[in-house]
Amino acid sequence: MNKGNMIPANEFCASHNIEITFINSLQEAGLIEVTTINETEYIHESQLNELEKIVRLYYELDINLEGIETVTHLLQRINDMQDEIMLLKNRLRLYESFE
Amino acid sequence: MFIDYYKILGVDKNATEKEIKSAYRKLARKFHPDLNPNDKDAKKKFQEINEANEVLSDPEKRKKYDQYGKDWKHAEEFKNAGQYQEQASDFHGQSYSGTQYDGEFSDFFESLFGGFKNTGRSRQVKFRGEDYNAELHLDLIDAYETHQQTLSVNGKKIRITIPAGIENGQTIKITGHGGQGINGGPNGDLYITFLIANNPKFKRLGNDLYTKADLDLYTAILGGEITIDTLDGKVKLKVKPETQNCSKIKLKGKGFPIYKSKDQFGDLYVTYIIKIPTDLTEKQRKLFSELSKSQS
Repeated sequence: MNKGNMIPANEFCASHNIEITFINSLQEAGLIEVTTINETEYIHESQLNELEKIVRLYYELDINLEGIETVTHLLQRINDMQDEIMLLKNRLRLYESFE
Repeated sequence: MFIDYYKILGVDKNATEKEIKSAYRKLARKFHPDLNPNDKDAKKKFQEINEANEVLSDPEKRKKYDQYGKDWKHAEEFKNAGQYQEQASDFHGQSYSGTQYDGEFSDFFESLFGGFKNTGRSRQVKFRGEDYNAELHLDLIDAYETHQQTLSVNGKKIRITIPAGIENGQTIKITGHGGQGINGGPNGDLYITFLIANNPKFKRLGNDLYTKADLDLYTAILGGEITIDTLDGKVKLKVKPETQNCSKIKLKGKGFPIYKSKDQFGDLYVTYIIKIPTDLTEKQRKLFSELSKSQS
């Protein structure tokens, strides 16, 4: 498998000063995906932003994993709703009078 | 301007460390940028409470603030007296920073405690730089063709390609053009949201365009040919006899370019607006009258 866009989980943990068990818990909770190649765990680069956000929520705001799951779900809903609002706004412009 | 850090955290001047920590946690959870994406007010508020915590959770800083805060403009004199030596690594309280809110302290704070920046965490960890958000205003015509534009982001000029067909409200990511990484971490990204102004002649819905074309009564009744504007230039249209007011025709492929799909376009819908003649001559009036009688 191509490791080009993969970050070794232990490197991520070392640079963020967190335990690897935390990553495992996130994987178990379905919050991130971890790929194992030759017995080394990797995180895909595309998940980096989300993972760093989770680290901040957990370590800085003391939000537990259940709370993070809820927050993630609600933020996704907000995001979807914002997209929908934008779509509706664009549609509404069609009905605004031509100058 | 003097900043009342106690008021910002909503605590009493005699608040204990525990009370300060608790008040800070509560507010941080409310205004943390991760929980309030794209909310500038929340970000500003978060910076304020972060700064307040930076001071009140550190006994040395709190003492200095309590003693000299109101005379902050003379803080330099106190500093020179050697009473309070600040070090960047001297933070006692935990504060939040992560990727998005570093080094943004008020003038008040900088005057009192110096202009150093900190990582906001006691741990020396690598972090991505701050993600920047920007808005770019375009005209509909600008969004019709792929073009390049030079932007100035925090003093740096970057040239970006804007693909034709970009939507109003769409955000694109320019990787690595955000804030610098912290402690050797990667740079943040730049997110640009496009705001496309309404066009007086053309309305857009997805990839389709809508416009109106005036039609004189005689052409509407007898049929004929008219020329209309499209974003692609002028187009001749054959008008069917007995065309009704507000009837719509579709010009296939004359709409908006489809985002990142080469040579593919939406459609243009034209609504005919029939104009009733005014200031009729006597002869015209008679002819219309005869026409009217022929109907009965």
